[in-house]
Amino acid sequence: MTLTTKALLLLGALALAACNNPRAGGTFGGGGADGFGGDNGFGGGISTGQLGDPNDPSSIAHFNQRIGDRVFFTVDSSSLTPEGRETLNGQARWLNSNTQYAIVIEGHADERGTREYNVALGERRANAVMQYLVSQGVSAGRMRTVSYGKERPVEACAAQRCWDINRRSVTVISGGLTG
Amino acid sequence: MTRISQILPLLALTLVTVFVAPPPAQAQPLRLQITEGVIDPMPIAVPAFVAEDSGGARYTDALARVVVANLTGTGLFREVPSQAHIARISSFDAGISFADWRAVNVQALITGAVSVSGNRMNVKFRVYDVVSGQQLGQGLQFAGTADDWRRMGHKVSDAVYSRITGEDGYFDSRVVFVSESGSRDNRTKRLAIMDQDGENVEFLSEGRSLVIAPRMSPSGDRVVYTSYESGSPRITLLNLSNRQRQMVGDQPGAMTFSPRFSPDGQSLVYSLARGGNTDLYRMDLRNGQQQQLTNSPSIATAPSFSPDGRFITFESDRSGTSQIYVMPANGGEARRISFGQGRYSTPVWSPRGDLIAFTKSNAGRFHIGVMRTDGSEERLLTASFLDEGPTWAPNGRVVMFTREAQGGDPSIYSVDITGRNLRRVTTQGPASDPAWGPLRP
Repeated sequence: MTLTTKALLLLGALALAACNNPRAGGTFGGGGADGFGGDNGFGGGISTGQLGDPNDPSSIAHFNQRIGDRVFFTVDSSSLTPEGRETLNGQARWLNSNTQYAIVIEGHADERGTREYNVALGERRANAVMQYLVSQGVSAGRMRTVSYGKERPVEACAAQRCWDINRRSVTVISGGLTG
Repeated sequence: MTRISQILPLLALTLVTVFVAPPPAQAQPLRLQITEGVIDPMPIAVPAFVAEDSGGARYTDALARVVVANLTGTGLFREVPSQAHIARISSFDAGISFADWRAVNVQALITGAVSVSGNRMNVKFRVYDVVSGQQLGQGLQFAGTADDWRRMGHKVSDAVYSRITGEDGYFDSRVVFVSESGSRDNRTKRLAIMDQDGENVEFLSEGRSLVIAPRMSPSGDRVVYTSYESGSPRITLLNLSNRQRQMVGDQPGAMTFSPRFSPDGQSLVYSLARGGNTDLYRMDLRNGQQQQLTNSPSIATAPSFSPDGRFITFESDRSGTSQIYVMPANGGEARRISFGQGRYSTPVWSPRGDLIAFTKSNAGRFHIGVMRTDGSEERLLTASFLDEGPTWAPNGRVVMFTREAQGGDPSIYSVDITGRNLRRVTTQGPASDPAWGPLRP
């Protein structure tokens, strides 16, 4: 493999990563729009926190951007793909060395299904991620799952490329552990 | 009349027969059979109602318009417009010159009168079979408040529809739905209720948290829906008279959604998801007791009671893909009834008990369809990029559903169960998840 090819592949990978992480670099608790800001009944308002420098391996920015906060699923499936497992291995390593954080695992579906079935499917996906993280040593007590079904697409275009990135789970660092 | 309304102060409208019926002398009464085949819409005339006092004057045309919109909206009737009329109705009790109505090919003539004193409104109407030159049934009078004038028009429409078709009407009914706004990746969804014709919209939630898939109680006094107010899907019960909300059926570590009332309104059946598995549960609303109905390592959701309360139809992917099942209302063995191509979702038992409406997705298209309760005689009524979530009109003749054009916003549509008369229900802005309530008393 030539250097140029390598460089192109790297660029492609970066583009893909950027595409796959449209929330990367957003505010802390990117789920705010999804219900963890004013939506969550925990007192309202938008919580603020430091994302940190993605070059700092203990930062949330590093978790979101370098490791990847989300994994993708095929149609009507909650099986983890090899790529998904890789991402989750990275998430588990980060969570095991940054034990002060709790997480919320969001499960999402694409729009090509009925609303309530998709809530159930999103729950199944979030649970698959949670079970995998447990198998990698992350304590279940730090994790909570929520399904948004098809209610919160990342990309709203009515095309395959959007549906592919909407069928996802997102691991949201939800702040420090209490107690 | 007045005395009766005083005795029943809680009823918004009272319905009283005020005219002695003519003897049923007609040999062949005016009758429109609603059949599967294409029919010629019956030509009707609805002249402006007669004002019986100055207060009634402003409603004469408006009431007639409501009746015309309802009846022609079924696709079963067409209006012979007033410009074509030869005869004029200037007095409610004057004789009808049938020849003048026959001359413009009217088959059914609806006359009405309205009077208003203070906020009290009285509306009367009669239906005539123009062909035989006879009155069809008795005249009827409705009394209520002028604020409810559209309901008066709906009551007249229901009575006319019922006399001519022999079936119950569905016009004086409301639909609870989800009103949508904002960008598609961060939608604001508000619970709302409207008349079946899209009028009189009232918002029932403020839109701070997501709401999905509401259902109205069998008597129309409550709404149950799924809310994300707690940060996670939870069943919420809303009392429509006092607007009190209450979360019900909560279980630690579980998501609850897809709630439906039993026909007696005393219990809910719903989905509970935990540990990657979604099962159906039933809860008695009087004592909060919960009972698990399904126990399968798969998804069971979108339940719907048979109108007699004995069975529940629901969707499950226990076979590998979503299909429709029927089981006893207290759980037990479920029988699969859908076997066609594709995935079947959101089964809803018709109020007549004879059909189950559903969403089907196959080969990249979505359909609303109906089948008999044993799964036979499947018929698809619609086809589009995304149709989902049918809900039955109280008379079981029409379904509403959500349609989302590719890349577009969702809207509410209706179609009759023969697959004819597909129409968009007019709403302000995007709308989804309609759920039809009962005919109002």
